[in-house]
Amino acid sequence: MIARNVSFRDLDWLLMLAVLGICLLGILQIFSATSGTVLADSWWKQSLYLAVGLGLMLVVCGIDYHVLLEQVPVLYVVTAVALLGVLLFAPPINGSRSWIPLPGGFNLQVSEFSKVVILLVVSRYLAEVRSEELTLGDLMRLGALVGVPWVLVLLEPDLGTALTILPILAVGTFLGGLRWQHLVVILLVIALILPVSWFFLKDYQKARIMTFADPGADPLGSGYQVIQSLIAVGSGGMWGKGIAQGSQTQFRFLPETHTDFIMSTFAEEHGFAGVVVVLGLYFVLLMQIIQNAQMAPDRAGLFLCMGVAALVLFHLLVNVGMVIGRMPVTGIPLPLMSYGGSSLLTMFLLLGLVQSVRLRRLVR
Amino acid sequence: MQPIERNIGKVFGAGDLMRTNSARGAGARMLIFQVVVFAVLLFLIQGFWQLQVIDADVYAARADENHIKSLPILAPRGNILDRDRRIIVDNRSSFNVILSRIGLNEAVLMPIADGLGVDAGELQARLNRFRNRARYEPIIVKEGLSSGEVAFVEAHRQMPGYPDMELIREQRRLYPSDGIASHLVGYVGEVSERELDTLEYARYNEGDVIGKFGVERSYNNVLMGEDGKRQVVVDNRGNHRYNIGTKPARGGRDLVLTIDLDLQVVAELAMEGRRGAVVALDPRNGEVLAMVSRPSFDPNRMSGRIRAEDWRNIVNDPFNPLMNRAIQAQLAPGSTFKPFVAIAALEEGVIDENFRVSCSGGANFFGRYFKCHKRGGHGSVNLRTALAQSCDVYFYTVGNLLGIDKIAEYARISGFGAKTSIDLPHEVVGTVPDTRWKMELFRQKWYAGETISVSIGQGALTVTPLQLAHAIGGLAIGGEWHQPHVVKTKTGEEEVRKANWDPENVRKVVGGLFAVVNEGGTGGRARIPGIPVCGKTGTSQLISNEALANVANKDDFKDNGWYVAFAPCDQPEIAVAVLWEAGEHGSTAGPIARDVIKAHFDKKQRLEVTGRGQAPVETALIRTAPAATVEAPAPAPEPEARP
Repeated sequence: MIARNVSFRDLDWLLMLAVLGICLLGILQIFSATSGTVLADSWWKQSLYLAVGLGLMLVVCGIDYHVLLEQVPVLYVVTAVALLGVLLFAPPINGSRSWIPLPGGFNLQVSEFSKVVILLVVSRYLAEVRSEELTLGDLMRLGALVGVPWVLVLLEPDLGTALTILPILAVGTFLGGLRWQHLVVILLVIALILPVSWFFLKDYQKARIMTFADPGADPLGSGYQVIQSLIAVGSGGMWGKGIAQGSQTQFRFLPETHTDFIMSTFAEEHGFAGVVVVLGLYFVLLMQIIQNAQMAPDRAGLFLCMGVAALVLFHLLVNVGMVIGRMPVTGIPLPLMSYGGSSLLTMFLLLGLVQSVRLRRLVR
Repeated sequence: MQPIERNIGKVFGAGDLMRTNSARGAGARMLIFQVVVFAVLLFLIQGFWQLQVIDADVYAARADENHIKSLPILAPRGNILDRDRRIIVDNRSSFNVILSRIGLNEAVLMPIADGLGVDAGELQARLNRFRNRARYEPIIVKEGLSSGEVAFVEAHRQMPGYPDMELIREQRRLYPSDGIASHLVGYVGEVSERELDTLEYARYNEGDVIGKFGVERSYNNVLMGEDGKRQVVVDNRGNHRYNIGTKPARGGRDLVLTIDLDLQVVAELAMEGRRGAVVALDPRNGEVLAMVSRPSFDPNRMSGRIRAEDWRNIVNDPFNPLMNRAIQAQLAPGSTFKPFVAIAALEEGVIDENFRVSCSGGANFFGRYFKCHKRGGHGSVNLRTALAQSCDVYFYTVGNLLGIDKIAEYARISGFGAKTSIDLPHEVVGTVPDTRWKMELFRQKWYAGETISVSIGQGALTVTPLQLAHAIGGLAIGGEWHQPHVVKTKTGEEEVRKANWDPENVRKVVGGLFAVVNEGGTGGRARIPGIPVCGKTGTSQLISNEALANVANKDDFKDNGWYVAFAPCDQPEIAVAVLWEAGEHGSTAGPIARDVIKAHFDKKQRLEVTGRGQAPVETALIRTAPAATVEAPAPAPEPEARP
């Protein structure tokens, strides 16, 4: 169903530029953070992922997103089964059954890709609601629809991914006509559920939240990462210590230097100036996605784009907020920058959807 | 539409997507979302601004203290050897075990306590004491592990459930037990914060172990090696990540003393259970052969981590065991001062050897009656008998003829009233009173009556045992004083002070001192058959007889016994001064000096008979240093790197 008047020259090149800038800075930082360690080939792997991701994006943006939306029921069932399969059969890695080992030393994180499917599900569902406002029934049905894979992800357990699914739902319903009264009620329910859910959290999760409240309480236990991250960021100063010069990074005081805490090492080595550049690129990225949403030919396209924007913004807030001690440690990667194939490919799938919407903005 | 498709449509939406309209009514909410994007980015940028611009200095400092740590490799100190290169002080390698409290499971405390041979309750108490300290600081659980305990640590350090245990190698000072030579060799300790502020200690660093007392202190720069270091990357948990570089330690050099352990041990045993000091030296070169101060202390307890209780006991001991009485006790010399008055009188020509005084048990001077120590009096005495019998009236008379300033002049040239400048810390000066001294100190005229007291070594006159040995030795060899020292000087030469005395006069005084020991004098108990020993007793009062009558606890004010001796009389090679505090009379101190002198000549004779020359004498108390360590101190063993 590729429209004849779709041209790749119409791609959002500014968005592409921002994405490539972020990815390349990410690869540079992965190189710096892992040089001299057993993970020294990570930057090369990430480069491969980037190439694959770019190809994937081009493929996706060539597909009319309506075609994908039409396949939602199938995708939904396949995803649910895959998640269930992972939960039942995958070998636990780091205490979590979320990875499927692939030949060649690669691992596939099913829950990452489930985000794409859930985005499609939410977009299709909300696009079909014709009224100005969402009824309670609409909300319940959508909630149940998203709830099944969400609970499966949560059970893996992969709290981070489960959390990132929520902003897709939140922004979707918000833009889809969520009534203010419902919003208030939902917020109240969440406020009530949160204290109860405390009892279902694992000890390490509780510790992370406690640490967020007061990192000094346990400086060598769970507060360690946060304190080391703050030292890394703060000691970077205005101009940073230079590539591969950050003592916090190079002497391995920081954990997860090339994955979740990549922004911390970047901030150490490139300083406030570098941080402003990176956050500026994310700003351009977000604004371009929003622009594409506004120019979308239909509601489904708008929800798709805004779902991606919500996802990126949430990742940015939680990951970078964690690095500067303003968010609890959640294990949520920084999109496009953190090392990780599944995360990167998922991002490019989502960006492909955005480009797909953009390419069809003039199609009526 | 098929029923199944209808059902799917109910769940996921109908699927007629192409007909949906463009976004309606979302405009305002899109704006809200854009505002949220702005807000989030501002929130994050502001966070970075706070950390990287406003608080950048704070974090830069914390990053610095975070990463590279320099761990010292402790250099062993040099050994301290006696003149025959027998070991007085050396080191023993000891292991301390430190325990990480991170991930410490209470359940393993019991087996750890068992394995280390410590009481489980004590271990728990030790952990409790450190409760407020940062968790990443490992704590020393036990020092000086036995080999079995070392094996236990090695076997359990990597065991699951056990906390991180590390062995720290330490070269601990091993001093002689029983406090032998403790004041002389001193002890080591960690340099204190206050000391670091002073010029003398400016070159040391926090945590350095330096000599605190005795030879350990005065020759610290010889004995102390240069610590090496290991540069380790450490995180703020204290975990060693890896080694960057190692600089090996350089051990300290050995120090050869002039002390003769044979004499030292004899003197120590003779003073056992007594309070006082013994100094034996060779008057011909100033080499100190033995130096004893009692009561003593155990330097092994003083070096390193001294237990608070031990410290309290030592500091609160009324007899002050930390005081080196040989150089720090300033007391009136009593009659041991009489030979110096005698030589002064002869040299000044106020008397000759035939000058006679009639002693009736006391005499009047300047309207005051001065008693002789012998109640009935000595009758008519000349210089020789006056020295032998220690007649006070004779020396009252002579001193009065001399005058205080002449007495002081001869006392000073003999070495009183000034530091001998021995190579030991904390030496005191003593006092030689004269008219000028009194005027400067008290703004008062000297009373002639005071001269009478000084003539018999009382009054304001105070001396140290070392000064006395130094002075009598120099007098005995004819008025030549070699600066005393406990370490052989490099050049073999020491400072010498000479008096231009008539050898005839010296012989007359020495003759009197020979009579003290050998002609029925007060020092008869110090006789050694076959060896011409000269000596002089002294008894010094702490307070006057009148005051003593009013004191309840008379034991606290018992007289001090002094004894000085040298031998052989005509060619002295050893001079000894003995102070026995509360010994009541000098004659009781005599046998102590006799034992030391006898040991000296016994040894000399033994060496001559066996023809062993310089070969050291083996005794159970004494170990000989291996020759290799004397010439080239082995470099410090490098602790195993444990990244």
